[in-house]
Amino acid sequence: MNSPAAKEPEPKTSGPGRLEKVPTGIQGLDEITCGGLPRGRTTLVCGGPGCGKTLLALEFLVHGATRFGEPGVFIAFEETAGELATNGASLGFDLAALEADRKLAIDYVRIERSEIEESGEYDLEGLFIRLGFAIDSIGARRVAIDTLEVLFAGLPNPDILRAELRRLFRWLKDKGLTAIVTAERGDDGLTRHGLEEYISDCVINLDNRVSDQISTRRLRVLKYRGSAHDANEVPFLIDQGGLSVLPVSSLGLDHQVSTSRVSSGVPDLDAMLGGEGYFRGSTVLVSGSIGSGKTSLGASFARWTCREGKRCLYFLFEESPSQVCRNMRSVGIDLAPLIEQDLLRFHSSRPSATSLEMHLSRIHRLVSEFEPEVAVIDPITNLRAIGNDCELRSTLTRMIDFFKGRQITTLLTSLTVSTQPSEDSSEVHISSLVDTWILVRELESDGERNRGLCILKSRGMAHSNQVREFRLTDQGIKLIDVYLGTDGVLVGSAREARMIRDEAEAREREYEAQKRQRRVAQRRDAVRAQIDALNAELEAEEEVLRRAVEREHLSEGGLARDEARMAAARAGVDTSLADGNQVRTVQP
Amino acid sequence: MKRDQEPIEKADGPAGMAGERIELRLYVAGQTSRSLAAIDNLRRICEEDLKGRYTIEVIDLLQTPQLARADQIVAIPTLVKKLPPPLRRIIGDLSNSERVLIGLDIRPVDPAGAHHGS
Repeated sequence: MNSPAAKEPEPKTSGPGRLEKVPTGIQGLDEITCGGLPRGRTTLVCGGPGCGKTLLALEFLVHGATRFGEPGVFIAFEETAGELATNGASLGFDLAALEADRKLAIDYVRIERSEIEESGEYDLEGLFIRLGFAIDSIGARRVAIDTLEVLFAGLPNPDILRAELRRLFRWLKDKGLTAIVTAERGDDGLTRHGLEEYISDCVINLDNRVSDQISTRRLRVLKYRGSAHDANEVPFLIDQGGLSVLPVSSLGLDHQVSTSRVSSGVPDLDAMLGGEGYFRGSTVLVSGSIGSGKTSLGASFARWTCREGKRCLYFLFEESPSQVCRNMRSVGIDLAPLIEQDLLRFHSSRPSATSLEMHLSRIHRLVSEFEPEVAVIDPITNLRAIGNDCELRSTLTRMIDFFKGRQITTLLTSLTVSTQPSEDSSEVHISSLVDTWILVRELESDGERNRGLCILKSRGMAHSNQVREFRLTDQGIKLIDVYLGTDGVLVGSAREARMIRDEAEAREREYEAQKRQRRVAQRRDAVRAQIDALNAELEAEEEVLRRAVEREHLSEGGLARDEARMAAARAGVDTSLADGNQVRTVQP
Repeated sequence: MKRDQEPIEKADGPAGMAGERIELRLYVAGQTSRSLAAIDNLRRICEEDLKGRYTIEVIDLLQTPQLARADQIVAIPTLVKKLPPPLRRIIGDLSNSERVLIGLDIRPVDPAGAHHGS
């Protein structure tokens, strides 16, 4: 037996360089461990029953064998090879094929307490030989032992077992194998038999907690010697894609932003948003009271996206997909063909079905699978039923961050109870995260309720500051200019009545104008006639004048002739003239 | 320890005794003192109590490691009673003869023998 004291200092000083890490390939786990598990060391994975220890260990080996070229040995103490194969198949792993390819070796160790009798001292050399044989047969670089503590139940003399386990971990380290050892959680300690005493390089704790009847799986790296790691408790999910860990602290503000735009699916709304719609990859919050048409806005956006040939993932927390399809058909939005083309996918679940973390994990998983360009979450407020505000805020923040990081345009709907967004509501908290905030308000007056839509904010674009009346017609959503007058904002039938009155007034005004025009025309005619008359008068006067002048001219000419004739007559040239002159001369 | 690969002792005594033949297999790993002690202890017990109706096969897992998996061996040394059923395992160096006999679930040849009722 090796002295336990000799174990500690040796491995630490042996590696002067950085700690080398082995990627697990498990989504998210490599992120929080900053690269994976310590190479050549043994990692303890502990947790209560049914919290996913075996799956984690198995996935570590399968990814190692399939993605990282590191064959692995799985020593199963609890599950038979058949059970393990079934479990593996449920995660999509074909263990038999991996075994046939000599990438994986599974050894099922059966220890039946009832058929074992102890007589004298023993050791676990048999286990070492089996392990060694399996490792050598495929050249394994990874080992998983699940669950070592079965030995304590199956074999007598715990003191011997402890000494042998210490020897086992040392042996694994000496062979340079990266190993995962699972252990059941104990009442007063991490593990029931104190395995954490022997494994000190890396300890991961799994947990399956139930609060408010909702269970959440959580993972925490308790210890990671020689490496930075995320010490937070992070949720994880087990589904048909295996294990996925959701790092809380992947929050960053370094995501790419896009200047390209996507239509909101409602032309009138696009017009309000600078004529082009939302920014690609931005987050849009649509808040409004009950029945204000939030889902219709979401569905319009989804339909537009799919018609462009892009994928849209639609999360429903209130209604079933068929219900939404039926309701949307009534407003002229037919979603069924888009689902058939697999451009639109619905995922509906009750908020209370699982915890916030699980919802978030599921969103991650589905988004990774479907890779949509647009996601709609309808509504986010229902999630409040299953978590306090603090949790909800953190979940939403991470969710928005996740979508932004992937350049997915996201539309969130939020139910507001009051007509004004109240201070304590969660939307105020996330409003700083969203890029565009559209509010659908109930406008109640004259015994009817109408909807008014306005854009509270829209970052980075010129947007309308107007309230529009929001109408759900059987051709989809229409936004109509509301009547703004001395009576304030008028919508609905009040607006209609006002518009009819306006129309009548307009007609009246037009008639008046025409009348006035006619009067002017008449006046113009009259004036023209007057001008003509005056002109004629003037012409006549001119004529008279001309004649007079002419006459004057003529008489002047005659006088000159007469004088000439008289002058001639006086000289006796002209008898006729002389006669005349004679007479005249005689007379005086 | 080459001879351990094959049955090393066969005591073909008169088969007319009450019990059937007992097939035993002892798994060891190399010639450790514990392994040698187990072999010695087993021989002694068999000669004393099962004379004439036992077979012992000693298997060195260092030489045939694949048998460790096939026969579900974890602890060393392990004595397996293959026949008659039920299958029983006794782990340890077999220093406690009484526990070995209890573990094998077999009674000595002579019911009136000295080992009874102590």
